[in-house]
Formats: sequence, C-alpha cells, structure tokens
Amino acid sequence: MTQTRGAVAFRNVQKRFGSFTAIPDLTLDITPGQLVTLLGPSGCGKTTTLRMLAGLESPSQGQILIGGEDVTRLPADRRDVSMVFQSYALFPHMLVGQNVAYGLEAGGMRAAEARKRADEALDLVGLAGLGDRLPAELSGGQQQRVAVARALVLEPQILLLDEPLSNLDARLRRKVRTDIRELQQRLGFTAVYVTHDQEEALAVSDTIVVMKDGRVAQIGTPRELYEAPASEFIADFIGEACVVDGRVLSVANEIAQVEMGGVTFPLPARGAAPGPARLSLRSNALKVKTSGEGVAGTVASAAYLGDHIEYEIDSSIGRIFVVDDESDTLLATGSAVCLEVRTRGVALIPGAA
Amino acid sequence: MTSRDNHRLDLILAASIFALVALPWYRIRSGFFSFEWLTDVFSSEKLWPGLVQAMSGKWQLWPILALVAATLYLRVIRSPGERGKALIAIGVAGLIWMVSEGLAIGLRGWNWGLLETAFGDVTGQQAFGAGAVVLGTVFALLIAFGAAERGALKGDAFVLGSITLLALLVSVFVLYPLVSMFTGAFQEFDGSFTTEGVSRNIIDPKIWSLSCLVGGNCGVAWRTFFLAICTATGSTFLGLVFALVATRTGFRFKKSLRLLTVLPIITPPFVVGLALTMLLGRSGSLTHVIESATGWELGRWLYGLTGIWIAQMLSFTPISFLVLIGVVDGISPSMEEASQTLRSDRWRTFRKVSLPLMAPGLANAFLIGFIESMADFGNPLVLGGSGGVLSTEIFFAVVGAQNDPARAAVLATVLLVFTLSAFLAQRLWLTGRNFATVTGKGDGGRHISLPRRVAYPVITIAVAWAVFTLTVYAMILFGGFVKVWGLDHSLTLQHYIRAFGISWEDGLRWTGVAWDSFWTTMEIALIAAPLTAAVGLLTAWLIVRQNFPGRSVFEFALMMSFAIPGTVIGISYIMAFNLPPLQMTGTAAILIACFVFRNMPVGVRGGVAAMSQLDGSLDEASLTLGAGSARTMRKVILPLMRPAILAALVYSFVRAITSISAVIFLVSAKYNMATAYIVGLVENGEYGIAIAYSSVLILVMITVIGGFQLLVGERRLRRREGFGSSASPTKKKVAQA
Repeated sequence: MTQTRGAVAFRNVQKRFGSFTAIPDLTLDITPGQLVTLLGPSGCGKTTTLRMLAGLESPSQGQILIGGEDVTRLPADRRDVSMVFQSYALFPHMLVGQNVAYGLEAGGMRAAEARKRADEALDLVGLAGLGDRLPAELSGGQQQRVAVARALVLEPQILLLDEPLSNLDARLRRKVRTDIRELQQRLGFTAVYVTHDQEEALAVSDTIVVMKDGRVAQIGTPRELYEAPASEFIADFIGEACVVDGRVLSVANEIAQVEMGGVTFPLPARGAAPGPARLSLRSNALKVKTSGEGVAGTVASAAYLGDHIEYEIDSSIGRIFVVDDESDTLLATGSAVCLEVRTRGVALIPGAA
Repeated sequence: MTSRDNHRLDLILAASIFALVALPWYRIRSGFFSFEWLTDVFSSEKLWPGLVQAMSGKWQLWPILALVAATLYLRVIRSPGERGKALIAIGVAGLIWMVSEGLAIGLRGWNWGLLETAFGDVTGQQAFGAGAVVLGTVFALLIAFGAAERGALKGDAFVLGSITLLALLVSVFVLYPLVSMFTGAFQEFDGSFTTEGVSRNIIDPKIWSLSCLVGGNCGVAWRTFFLAICTATGSTFLGLVFALVATRTGFRFKKSLRLLTVLPIITPPFVVGLALTMLLGRSGSLTHVIESATGWELGRWLYGLTGIWIAQMLSFTPISFLVLIGVVDGISPSMEEASQTLRSDRWRTFRKVSLPLMAPGLANAFLIGFIESMADFGNPLVLGGSGGVLSTEIFFAVVGAQNDPARAAVLATVLLVFTLSAFLAQRLWLTGRNFATVTGKGDGGRHISLPRRVAYPVITIAVAWAVFTLTVYAMILFGGFVKVWGLDHSLTLQHYIRAFGISWEDGLRWTGVAWDSFWTTMEIALIAAPLTAAVGLLTAWLIVRQNFPGRSVFEFALMMSFAIPGTVIGISYIMAFNLPPLQMTGTAAILIACFVFRNMPVGVRGGVAAMSQLDGSLDEASLTLGAGSARTMRKVILPLMRPAILAALVYSFVRAITSISAVIFLVSAKYNMATAYIVGLVENGEYGIAIAYSSVLILVMITVIGGFQLLVGERRLRRREGFGSSASPTKKKVAQA
C-alpha cells in the first residue's frame, strides 16, 4: 500500500458524452510523487481525464485505480483526491479559514481541530493570518493559494490542478507555478496538472502527457518532448517548431546525415531510414546571418521585441520562424539572408516522411 | 462504501417494518395527527396496521409483506454490488402493486365489474393511510438505492432518492389528477364507462357556437379565446408602454412606476373586479358622476366581457411590464449606438433596431397575458354576469344546480388545450429567438432615449393608466370605510368590526366573522410556503446540476404545469382525491398539496435562474473535498441561494393567500380560505366586508414579505460593502469566485 500510495492508473478508459466520444481508449500510469502534466489543445480530453480521476465524471468503460485500489464507481466525495479548480471555486459566503477547514469538517473532524489545521495549511502557502477574511477580500494570487491550501490540507493521495494559473496575470503566473512546484517537491505528493500552456508544462512537470483527440500523443520528460518530438503535432505544439521537408542521406551508428535546403548536417537517427524526412526546427535552430554558408532566404517580416528579434523568412524550405537573440541590428524586410543550421534545435520526426 | 449502502438500506427497512407493525394502514377519518386513533387502536379494525390487516383477510397486502421480506433477505445475504438490480425490481413491483390494488379495490369491493366476475367478491377497503404512505415512499427509495448501488449517477443516493421521490410526488399530485379528470368525463356516477356525457357536451353549441359572427351569441370557448386575445394584446401594449417609459425616457417619476409591478402579486385576483364594480358598476361612483353630468343611462355595461377585459388589463399589465422591462433593458445599448453611428436618427433606430429586437419579448409577454387571461377565475366570477368564461363555467358545472362532472371535465379539457397550445407555441417559437440576452461582456454605453414622437404619447398613456390603476386601488382601501357603497357614503368602521372584531368578555374571543378563514389561510400558507420553496429549489438543483436521463422531459413537464389553469387543477383534484386510494378532500392536506404543486414551477424557475449564476465548480469543489451531496446542498448551495429562497418563500406564501381558482373547489367547512370566503361575501352583496377583508389581506402580505426578508437575511459575501473594488456587483463575484 505504501508503495502504491499516490499511484494512478487508467485501464482502457473510455468516455462518451451521448454520441460524442471524448476519450476513445486511455491507458495511463502515473508514478507516485511525480508532478504529471496533461497537456493539449482545448477539446483534447485532458480536463475530462482529470474530472474522471476526481470522480466528477464516470467513465463509460474501463477502470481507474488510485493507490492500487479500483475507484471507478466511487463518487467524488469518497475519493482520496482533492482538486484545485480553474475558477478556484472558493465558497464566497465562507471565510478563508472556513473554506480551508471545510473538507476536514466534512470528514468528521472537530471544528476547533479543523480550524487549527486550516491555519497551518494557510501558513504553508504563505497566507498566515488571513483566515478570517472573505475570499472576495483577497487578491487573485492569494485566492489561488487558498484554493491550494484547501486541497492540500486534506493530505490527499493525489492533488489535481485544473489550469490553476489561467486566471492570473503573466507575471504572477510564473511565481505561483514555481511555488506550486516547490511545494509539491517539498511535500512529495503526486500531482496531476492540466494546462494548455506548453511553457507552463515544461516549467513544472516531471512528466508531460501530451493529448490529442482523447488519445495520448506522447509521454515523456519535458526535455524528451522538446528535443525528440514523436510527431509533427508534438513538434508544433511544444515550442512552436516549424516542420519542414528534408532528406536522410545515410544512417550509421544511429547518426543520420540529413540534407535540408542544400545544407547537410548530422542528427540522431531515431529510427529513420534514408529517404525523404520531416524535420522540426525550433525558433533557435537557425542563426540569421547576412552572409556565409547556410539556407538562403529573404526577410518577409521582422519584429523588434527588446531582448530578441523575431523574423519570418522565406526560403527554399518554406516560410520559417526564427528568433535572433544575439544581434542588435534589425534587418529590413526584403533583405537577403542565409540561415546557419545549429543542430541542437533540429530533430528528425520519426515516421513522418 | 458498502457500509453506507447497508446503513441507508437498514434505515428504510426499519421504517417499513415500523409502518407495517405500528402505523394504521388505512386512512383515519379524524386525521392521523390528532392521534385520537391511539385510544381505539386495538378495538377498531379500521385502525390496524398493515401486518394485522394482512393476517385478518386483506390478502391484497400479502405481496407487500413478501416484497419487504425479500428486501430483508437481500440485505442479509447479498453485498451492495450484487443486489442493486433486485432492489430496483422490488421497488418497481411494490409501487405497481400498491397502485393496482389501491385502484382496483374501493370502499365497497372491486371497482370494476370485470374483476368481480373474474375473482369473486372482495371486502372493500378504505383509502391509503399513514402505513401505506410510508411503504410507498420506501418502495420509491428502494428504486433509488438500488440504482445507487449499481453506480447510476456516480452512485449518489441523495440525488437518486430526490429524483424518485419528486417523480412520485409529481405523478401523484399532477399527473394522476389530470388523468382522473379525463377518465371522470367518461364515467357514470356509479363508475361504469359511458361516452354519453362527453358526446353530449363536446358538441354543445353553448361551447362551440360561432353565431356571434352573424349577430347571435358565441359559445363560451370562443368568448374565452376572444377575451384572452384582447387581454393579451392590451396588456402587452400597456406593458411595453410602461417599460419604455421606465427605461427610455427622462420621465421624472419612472422609479415609482416600478412599484406598480408589486401590485398584482399582493392583490387577490377578484379584488380588481370588485373595485371596478364600485367604480363603474350600476351604482358605482364614476357611473354616478357620468350619469348626472350627461343624463345617459349607463346600465350594466360593465358586467360581461368588457368588464372582465378591463379588470384583466389592470391585473396583468404589471406582469407584462415586468417581463418587458427585462427585454427592453436587455437590448445591448451598443446595437442602438451602432445604428446611430450608421447615420440613422433616433426614430429610425427605434423602428429598425430596437423594436425588432424586442419582438420575441413582446410575443412572450403576449402569450403570458393570453394564458393568464384564460386561467383567470376571480375577475370573471365577480364581473361575468350572465356571460361567463370557461373557468367560471367549469365551476358552475360542478357546484351549481347542474352538477355535471362530465361537462366540467370537457370544459376543463378545452381550457387546458387552449393554454397548453399557447404554452407550446411560446416554447417552440421562442426557442433560440431571444435577442435580448446579456452577453456578459461589459457592455458600455447607454440606451438612447425615445424619439419625441414616441415619447410623448407613451408617457401620456402610461400616466393615464397609472392614475386609473391607483384610483382602483384607492377604491379598495377606501371602500372598506364606507357604509353602503353607492347609497350611503358616510364613513364607518363597522365592516372592519364585523370582520375582525375581538371581544374581551370571558377572555380573548375572536368574534369577527373573518377570523376563522383568516387563521386557516395563514396556517395553510405558512405550511405550504416552505414546502413549496424546498421542493422547488431541490428540483431546480436537480435540473441544473444533475444530468439524469429524462431530465429535459421532467423540466418541460414542470414548466408546462404553469399553463394548467387553477380551475382545471381544482376540478382534477376533486375527481382524483374524493375516493380511495387517495382520499383527501375536505382536509388541509389537499389545500397544501394543491399550493405546493401549483406554485412549485415558479420556485423551480427562480431556483434555476439563481443556480445558473453559481459556478458549477463550487459544487464540485465541495464534492472533491469529501462532502456528500446533502452536505454540499446544505453548506454551499443553500447559503448562496438565499435570495432565491426568499423569493420562492414569498411567492408561494402570497399565492397561497391570494389564489382562488383552485382553492374554491377544495375548501371545506372546516378549512375555509380567505379568498373563498370573500367571494362568498361578494355573492351575497356584502361588498363592504369583502373590501375590508381584502385590504387587510393586502396589508398582511406586505408585512409578511417584510418579515421573510428579515428572516432569510442578506447573502454575505464581503464584510463591508464597498471594500476594495467597490463597484463590482455581488452577483458577478459569486460567479467568479
């Protein structure tokens, strides 16, 4: 039991809403103590997956296990999970302290004890002393932390977070996501985190599960997903890569010689065979130079963004998005450039030729 | 999980065994809650509980005992996962059996000759009593618990239980009476089947004649229809006029116009008719003025469709105003501003943009006016004279010398068809056509004021009508202090003393004639109001938050019961609850049931509106924090729903006091209601007391509304009003937080 505490397993789970199948067949294991992100575009089934885990939706078929125990038919109020909602869902008529103590009291704890534990939880998220305010009297970031405290105080096996940052402004978002990650690593609980923001996912996760049309598109660490996308979809979705045509000339010792736009360079083969191939180009994969070797092109548009410059460049491999964070000179539209390939931002996409 | 499943099953098993062993199975004439039956329980066979009844020859109860025993057996030998299906089957079987044996065996044995020839004689039985009611509830809950154990609706027994009980209640108190009414039309007095009454009435020229088109008298159905069209047109027009004045003009007293909307809520429906009689009737004060000034003989013109029409316009214009003010206000100002920036002046903008956008709202107001006019009973009763409308004809078909239930049933069906068609038209035609929705994006801008050529006539009409309305209401207050209206206008308190006199001889004695009905009314309204609110809000919660099969049908049926006129409900209740298996006529319970199920749709509608404003993740948050549905309801939903609760309480309380159409069929000597009593006074020509009593009722309602307001209290979402961003409205916060 102690080993499986915090483990989650979906076994061939299917979810239909009427005639619409949101999740066709999902099998997924989550390792205890990890922060796992469900990432994907809207409508990909990530929130449905989370809600099934919480018990707010029942699967049409299949099994869900939490901590090794089958919870498929267990209603939400009897599952050992708690959830942070996108809207926080703080009860507006209760004080902050009452909000945090709510779950404890529902579990039968005495009011005084529950209040004490609630205060400790508020302390944990850095809101000590705010227990007797109303939620509406707190800022957005504070409300968010109350929601986290309210969920954590129950010491659940799994903490579920449904786009917890989407109601915060950009600057706060970065701080809160660091706080959540830090708290998760300190207390060591399992967390399942839903977001559509790939940067957020890369920043907080141990493991990212990218979903598309109700299926798992790829599972991996942030680094694996970024550097070795399994499909064009992943390449495009994580890090906004351009996907272009290339050609594998030869493969030896897992290293492929790749030709792209007249330039040849080596890349990890990832199972590719000689022949046409698809390549993902990160925005930093190409260096913009006015002269020298590389893929030839012309500047179609340029935008100066302070610490970097963004270019769209027309070239023989198509229109490419490039970020230049080294040079200070802004090239005018129509300038001829050549793009030097830096292999750390390029990856072969398996099976996509 | 298992223990909870077993625990609740144990509870209802205990309840059913207690009911079978200790509660009288059959109805007790003196009433269960008087507990007089306890003294005779051993001697009188009628009072015996189900188990004893079954052993002493009532074989029709054996299946019920068997089903309870089967449940007990399942509880002991099977775990929750395995017995769900069986429990559902037992529950369904139990309900079906109770319904069949209850309907089949009446007071004097078999109800239908066919069964008698097949099975031979059987001893008759009384109507269901406490024991039977408990068992019926238990069977319904068995279905719910069985479904919960099978994991339906995420295994939520509270939700499933609420749904089954509600379905049972609605079947008993809405569907069963309607069905009884239809079958009643086809029955002789002895219960045998006949089509004679129906065929005689359905072609009756008094109902269907169209001869008024050629100068004669039209049938009552067409008269009612015609009246409803006129009333709907008039009240929609006036409602629009008021709405425009209130939102689109600089008229100085427009705030006080809103007060008009409160009037119909607190006015018993016949009071307007009564006041009109005093103003414009044969000896009315205005009639006197006009006659003496012009020398004309005005006569009895008020009595008939004209008078009813005026009274209904007075009564329903505020309702239409209430509907239309939302519509007129809801049109996004940016639409009108856009039109103006596109080179259209105010008149063109009004004609081409504002009015078309209001069209669906106008249709809605029209249909509401139509249904209200059709259903109105009080005004036609007072002003109808010789030419009644459907609702009064129904009444006279049962209470008058005619005593022709078949005729009442046919007329009620005709009325029902009219109102339901209007309701269906409203639903089908208006779906998806409501342009006046608020988008939720902060819509800046202001509504443009009306063009002058509209504004002036509109203000004139509004002021004239408001003055007329106020005069009529002044009549109501004033009339109670006048000796004999139209003859002797000296001031007096005698009407109030006769109605509400108190004597101190031999202690406090309520000597006034009105006290009896007054206290009954208060008692029944105060019992019915919380029940209505509870049932209505629970239903709203189920509809908004729970996704169960048949939900939309359920919602639709509920809303449809809006369109059932009170007269139809009254007549159907009499036909359903006069004989076993459910015998309730003459009790307070039938009045309460009538109020609860008649007013529930409004509670539901208010609840649905309020609940839709509450973010659904609040419930879900509570669930994921380990609180069950019942606790979520109590701790989270109810506190946030206080305004809706207040509205439902007030509405149902007030409606219980003011309604007359259904009530007049259901009152008895023991439980007489104020409105029925006042109508009796009017029929005897005792206008003074009737008016005095009505004004007291209006004052009481205003007081009680204030009291409810204090009792329920404000919804506290921020400690100090104006803390932080003071401008953000509370509702918005609730939706977001």
